[in-house]
Amino acid sequence: MTVEKLKNELNLKAVCLADPEREIEGGYVGDLLSWVMGKAQSGNVWITIMSNMNIIAVASLTDVACIVLAEGVQLDENVVNTAKLKEINVLQSDKSAFDLAAEISDLI
Amino acid sequence: MSEILNFHYEVDGTDFTSAGQSSVSVKKELRRLGLPAEIIRQVSIAMYEGEINMVIHAHGGVADINLYEDKIEIILEDHGPGIKDIDLAMQEGYSTAKENIRSLGFGAGMGLPNMKKYTDEMYIDSVVGVGTKVRMIVNIPG
Repeated sequence: MTVEKLKNELNLKAVCLADPEREIEGGYVGDLLSWVMGKAQSGNVWITIMSNMNIIAVASLTDVACIVLAEGVQLDENVVNTAKLKEINVLQSDKSAFDLAAEISDLI
Repeated sequence: MSEILNFHYEVDGTDFTSAGQSSVSVKKELRRLGLPAEIIRQVSIAMYEGEINMVIHAHGGVADINLYEDKIEIILEDHGPGIKDIDLAMQEGYSTAKENIRSLGFGAGMGLPNMKKYTDEMYIDSVVGVGTKVRMIVNIPG
């Protein structure tokens, strides 16, 4: 499944859709960035409530397919701009990380 | 053996949110050189963790990436407070990071363990009150 398809299926908000055709393989849920870097795999959906600038670097380095911000978390404008610059897909939802993980797991 | 390429970075210790610029830049360079994706991931994550450590604990430092035919060497050097007990620091979950750092999602005590996990060799040379030098090697499969 592509990131764009995931967005459409779950009605997620596109904060930054830099690479809509990126294929998703599995997922990871977590807010402690070193845990994410130790565990998330390339191509994963990464669900988090963390919103500071460092998530963009972590997403880039781990090569996840997209970040999904849970619980209606918002990004500052400069973080959104960096996501665009680094071509990192960022989606957003009002749902909890638990609900998002369950729904994404059913889909992929 | 002589190196093929060297990348040198000054890691700014004053701006936590810009930490990671060197690692992302290295990732880009290694991708441009056509190295395997998993090797790039290992090198850039290990370097990022080291970079974050230098910003959190040591007011920044310098990073050198040396690319050889069969391996990539990452050398991180700072003039921070040094590590009192390296064995303890290597334990997952052990951290001396302050609360403000934890609120940003770091300081979980996974930095050094991740650096070890993603590299084939890691050496830490640290003197309290003088600084820390970390040398890591990632082998490139032949």
